[in-house]
Amino acid sequence: MADLPATWRLYLLGDAAVVLELGQAIAPATHRLLQALARLLDQQPLPGLREYVPAFTTLTVYYDPVALSGPGRPAPYEQVASYLQALWPAALAAAADYAPGPVVEIPVCYGGDFGPDLGLVASHAQLSAAEVIARHTQPEYLVYMVGFAPGFPYLGGLDARLATPRRAAPRSLVPAGAVGIAGLQTGVYSLPTPGGWQLIGRTPRRLFDAARAQPSLLQAGDRLRFVPISELEFQRLSRVH
Amino acid sequence: MSISVLKPGLFTTVQDLGRPGYQKTGLVVSGALDAVALRTANLLVGNPATAAGLECTLRGPVLRFEADTLLALSGADLAATIAGQPVPLGRPVAVRAGAVLAFGAPKLAGRAWLAVAGGVAVPLVLGSRATYLRAALGGLSGRALRAGDALPVGEWPALARRLFDTLKPAETAGWASARWLAASEAAAPLGMPLVVRALPGPEYAQFAPSSQQSFWQELFTVTTEADRMGCRLSGPALTRATTAELLSSAVTFGTVQVPPGGQPIVLLADCQTTGGYPRLAQVISADLGRLAQALPGTRLRFQPVSLAEAQALYLAQERRLRTLERAVHLKTLPV
Repeated sequence: MADLPATWRLYLLGDAAVVLELGQAIAPATHRLLQALARLLDQQPLPGLREYVPAFTTLTVYYDPVALSGPGRPAPYEQVASYLQALWPAALAAAADYAPGPVVEIPVCYGGDFGPDLGLVASHAQLSAAEVIARHTQPEYLVYMVGFAPGFPYLGGLDARLATPRRAAPRSLVPAGAVGIAGLQTGVYSLPTPGGWQLIGRTPRRLFDAARAQPSLLQAGDRLRFVPISELEFQRLSRVH
Repeated sequence: MSISVLKPGLFTTVQDLGRPGYQKTGLVVSGALDAVALRTANLLVGNPATAAGLECTLRGPVLRFEADTLLALSGADLAATIAGQPVPLGRPVAVRAGAVLAFGAPKLAGRAWLAVAGGVAVPLVLGSRATYLRAALGGLSGRALRAGDALPVGEWPALARRLFDTLKPAETAGWASARWLAASEAAAPLGMPLVVRALPGPEYAQFAPSSQQSFWQELFTVTTEADRMGCRLSGPALTRATTAELLSSAVTFGTVQVPPGGQPIVLLADCQTTGGYPRLAQVISADLGRLAQALPGTRLRFQPVSLAEAQALYLAQERRLRTLERAVHLKTLPV
């Protein structure tokens, strides 16, 4: 068996889930390793595995203790742990020539009614609104994980200059598609929900739609680019999506 | 075939065993808060375990069956009656078209499940009929029942037909229940706290030893902030020995997380897929259904068990359900 990295840690989340943790630092390399392991689980599923949830530095694997029980078999937890360890060398190799996920373009109408906090973010960063938009649309963001709400992406790659604290009082309702900044994070609200992020724009694309076979527009491992659009384009695209 | 909703009850939703498989996209699993209770009710009417039923909260609905129906109730006793006569829990009940099932004022707060032969046949959304209110998906248009709704009922399995025939209800709006019943886990005696067994969670060791001790020894009370996502408890303040921020990671049904205020939250079937609060404990699979009865005012006590015990309890629970399934089949065999 290949050596496991020093950061490798396996622990229980109750009697039907195992968490693999690779340290505590958000890093593209850690993300690639977890994604590589997740893809291997897709390709070679252990019977009795229910599903997995990738996060920044963890991959949580849910399993069915009944399906993994039987005379002479090790405890279900042990079986899942051994399976993950056995996949590790292949994950290491796969991560080395990891093909990144697709680039998903998110059209955003910045400012105005769609981005009521654009001015505040600009003054906080001591930039003009146009410079904020330029810096927000420049990077290729990485979708580290999808969580918190259906289809909600946790993105890495925000220009540190744009980091703005959350609003002191959250809004009682933020519309789906709202693009916001909170500290060093940027993201897109996937459902109408209360929220405290600084809103700088809105996308007409639906991040979550239960009528689609794959309801979430974004998956962990995807890359994302924000593309500025006019209000007219926003209206037109709203009719398409 | 359909069921008319005359009164919706306090909060009644269509639920099945939920929609696993999408948690990596942030979509919660949902499904009955007490899956064992719903499965039991389904088995009693000859349904597959995956059929959808109704989850009733505190005060159940008033329903009129527009066709002959085979039903079963499980969970808490929410004082169900047909034509003024109490309807027993844990037994198949054959009901003639036109009969009205009403829930009264329950003696004790709780949740109950109603299964009907054929299941509540709302459309499948991503493989499940479970209602998830926050995203307005599944169930009946993604919402709780309303007066005037008509619930579609699916095709009866052959077993349901045989069960109905053995019960021979009177022709006009009559009903009859089986003389046998499914043994159910005894409810907590009146006034006694609900005991749920749990394993230490991933961040357990980060809590002060005195907090770890309080968690297992003291009583917690469910506050009014309690819904299908989770319930906030009040009790001794639980403090983490570190202030280090945590990165968001997976949480699930039964996760006990502790926000900075020190009052724990127990997550339930509609909980988010990931969270950033420390996970103090994880309620064992076999006891998740008990949490369905954790309504405001309920007192809770957590009891530690080992992983091996937790899995043995879960296996035993699954064996009981398989035994019930076989027993129901045997009841319809000619004697």
